[in-house]
Amino acid sequence: MALRTEQDIVMSRQTVRKLTQELKFSLVDQTKMITAASELSRNTVVYGGGGEMRWEIVVNGVRQGLRLHFEDQGPGIPDMELALTDGWTSGKGMGVGLSGSRRLVNEFEIRSEVGVGTCVSITRWK
Amino acid sequence: MKTQNTALETLLKTDRDIVIEEWVSEFKVGGSKGIGSHVAAEARSVLEALTKGISADGDPARFDADAWSALRDVLESVSAARAAQGSTSGETSRFMLALKKPIFDRLQATFHKDTAVLAENLWWLSLLVDRAAQYTVDAYQRSREEIINRQQQELLELSTPVVKLWEGVLAVPMIGTLDSARTQLVMETLLQRIVETGSELAIVDITGVPTVDTLVAQHLLKTVTAIRLMGADCIISGIRPQIAQTIVHLGIDLQGITTKATLADALSLALKQTGYVVTRPKAA
Amino acid sequence: MDRIPILQMGRNLLVTIQVDMQDQTALQLQDDLSAKIEATGANGVLIDISALEIVDSFIGRMLASISGITRVLDATTVVVGMQPAVAITLVELGLSLDGVRTALNVERGMKLLASAKQDDDVDTDA
Repeated sequence: MALRTEQDIVMSRQTVRKLTQELKFSLVDQTKMITAASELSRNTVVYGGGGEMRWEIVVNGVRQGLRLHFEDQGPGIPDMELALTDGWTSGKGMGVGLSGSRRLVNEFEIRSEVGVGTCVSITRWK
Repeated sequence: MKTQNTALETLLKTDRDIVIEEWVSEFKVGGSKGIGSHVAAEARSVLEALTKGISADGDPARFDADAWSALRDVLESVSAARAAQGSTSGETSRFMLALKKPIFDRLQATFHKDTAVLAENLWWLSLLVDRAAQYTVDAYQRSREEIINRQQQELLELSTPVVKLWEGVLAVPMIGTLDSARTQLVMETLLQRIVETGSELAIVDITGVPTVDTLVAQHLLKTVTAIRLMGADCIISGIRPQIAQTIVHLGIDLQGITTKATLADALSLALKQTGYVVTRPKAA
Repeated sequence: MDRIPILQMGRNLLVTIQVDMQDQTALQLQDDLSAKIEATGANGVLIDISALEIVDSFIGRMLASISGITRVLDATTVVVGMQPAVAITLVELGLSLDGVRTALNVERGMKLLASAKQDDDVDTDA
């Protein structure tokens, strides 16, 4: 789904809620995944100049999981190390969203190139 | 439909009951537990599903195809039933493999004049029964794993009960090593109970926790933070001298969490904080 | 865009958040509250989030902001009814919301507001 406006951030939460409910995740796991999606959607809309969220159901043996991709063609992240450190006390920007989301999910992958864009992929297993 | 399928279909249609009988006795010959009427019933349902697959022109080499879905379902439930009863996976596959002899015998009787066709049919059947047996073993494994997981979960839940110590005071005695899964569960259960009972104080007793390292301390910290976020507070009790030493030694900052050596002390503090006074009336 | 209604009860303002808010709505709430405090001379604010299933870093920061702003305006804010899954997720995100007072429910929240005001009165008398 497209991530362009603030309303899209709300939509992404609702979409992920539906997905996690269908996959029968526990309430806490649902909350964590939806919250992570909210953070990353916001990053995409606010810092990435808009982009999209894609989702897929993944299987690993008997386990089922949900994988979300957040992609934009924005400015990219110049200093990955910095972006991924906990930025709560400085309270600004992408920092909290990225590092915080990482703790909320089982798998976290980020690819970013300055001037090209960013793609964050998160996975939560049941 | 393939010739092998047709041949087998005809055979099973005419001789079904006898095949089942012979199958069951073939299985019993091997000696096994859990013999009873249900073995015959199981054999019947497997054979029916098998026949369905054959009539649907199923190919044993493609056991995942739709043609065999009825058979797969039946094999799953037979396996699960056996797993629950405690049979071994060997037994379950032996049950399936015992089907070969009765059908082999019949195929021989029908096609003894044409060895090429006989060989084809025997091979085809062998392939099918082997695949089915293999499937039962796989299904069996999955069932056992599910049972084990469920038991682990129950054990986890049993070992971290949340009790109401007093009006507005809950307690959780932690016993054993505090790992991530355990702490998650305790956190969720405890928080839920706090909301349900409207308790403002939770006492987490770690007398039964053998060691506290940075990781365990982090888990405890997270639990307390979550409790405070919700509007309640937490006391950690049961801090043995060795643990206190470890905490200081590791430089763990307990960030203003109240700690008490014993559950009794914690309760005393909790009562005070919630405004209760305990008095002992003078003996008359 | 929906606006969150603010109710007045004596010298307290009550806010019940029941919808999945857009970022704009949250910012609007902040403004509305400050304006209303000034207009009514309220010295207590109770924010009920018991219906909120997701609190991400944006909302978390909003709550912290409101707490800070109201303090400057000489009022106290109490946030009540945080759901367990939300608390767990916020901790994992790394938001401890220091400085935000919380209570389990509206009843306790009101008690907290009352005692906070008493403390204030005592201080000013001294």
